[in-house]
Amino acid sequence: MAGEIQVTVITPERTVLRDLACDAVILPVVDGSMGILPLHAPMVAVLRTGILKLKHDGRYEPVAVMGGFAEVSENRVTILAEAAERAEEIDVLRARAAKERAEARLRSRQENIDRARAEAALQRALVRLKVAGYLAENRRN
Amino acid sequence: MAENKKAILRRRKAVQATQKITRAMKMVAAAKLRRAQDRVLAARPYARELSRMLGRLVAAGAGKEHPLLRAREVDEPKVGYVVISADRGLAGSYNVNIIRAAQEALRRETRPVKLITIGRKARDFFVKRGVRPFREWVGLGEEARWPVAREIVGELIQLYLSGELDEVRILYTEFINPVTQRPTEIQLLPLPAPAEAEAGSLVDYIYEPSPEAVLERLVPRYVETVFFQTMLEAKASEHGARMTAMGNATDNATELIAKLTLQYNRARQAAITKEISEIVGGAEALK
Repeated sequence: MAGEIQVTVITPERTVLRDLACDAVILPVVDGSMGILPLHAPMVAVLRTGILKLKHDGRYEPVAVMGGFAEVSENRVTILAEAAERAEEIDVLRARAAKERAEARLRSRQENIDRARAEAALQRALVRLKVAGYLAENRRN
Repeated sequence: MAENKKAILRRRKAVQATQKITRAMKMVAAAKLRRAQDRVLAARPYARELSRMLGRLVAAGAGKEHPLLRAREVDEPKVGYVVISADRGLAGSYNVNIIRAAQEALRRETRPVKLITIGRKARDFFVKRGVRPFREWVGLGEEARWPVAREIVGELIQLYLSGELDEVRILYTEFINPVTQRPTEIQLLPLPAPAEAEAGSLVDYIYEPSPEAVLERLVPRYVETVFFQTMLEAKASEHGARMTAMGNATDNATELIAKLTLQYNRARQAAITKEISEIVGGAEALK
């Protein structure tokens, strides 16, 4: 047996999950995705706003991660994210409102809007909706 | 005598009404304190892990040149003092202590100073003395929130990077326990690098995409985290101080009510005694 890898996700305000035993982890790194299996070499990676996938109990659980870092060492993955939410924790209405707000800002042709900021907000909203959508999909089946 | 009795009763009623308020404020503060303490604890793992990561990078020799870590060589360095106070009073000596510590620090400082205030109390105090803060934030609410902290510290970092400030120091109230809080001063920028504690951490790490890229993002996050911690502690201290102050006020009111009740009863008895002696005296006279 290849064993398992313990995953912990922490944000500045709370601990999202602690020592969840996983068979595999897929990290949203800056230039794509990176798979981590048990016994991975020590590593520190920068994360983008994206979806962290944790394989446990035979399926992948998505977690919305808003940028941060991942450290892999001694069969543990520690994710330090600006914010992170599991599917059931996501406030869909709020994410949808944030998405619309960001889109409206990007559409408006004003000079004085902070494009990068609006795009980042849009990205965060999309990731949240996608993770929450996964939950809805699973319920339907 | 009847006048006196009435006055005592009125006074006792007023004290009782005040006590109701102080008791309610004490309980509200206690509830908020519990939450604030939980938040301080909840924020620790993130800070600890980040500090470890950064410590390891610095120990490996990276970051000596990072602008947020390196002290600047300037002839006339400008120092920013950030004073964290409360928006509201009735918190015992909480605001007084931090403001006094700030005055003390400003008096000692020989370099040019720019004052930055967080919370209405510190702002009002300095404005009243003719010192307009260079930057101010008020009305941040009853809870220290990460997005708010990030916005403030983002601006501090900007001021530092643009050369408007060459050093940033924070004056906040350290939370020791619900009855003890201590004004504390720390240096936020340039950031004193965390010491790498573990000796066995010389394992070669892979840095993805590169050690520089990791450091580039890690350092600002760490500065933000350090600042967020001071805000969380200040909030917990504020609620602790308010709870203690209101607890004392409630106890004092209880004492005062007991004293007034005693006074009232004495006055009542004196009146009765006087009446009896008048009647007895009158009856005697008729004999």
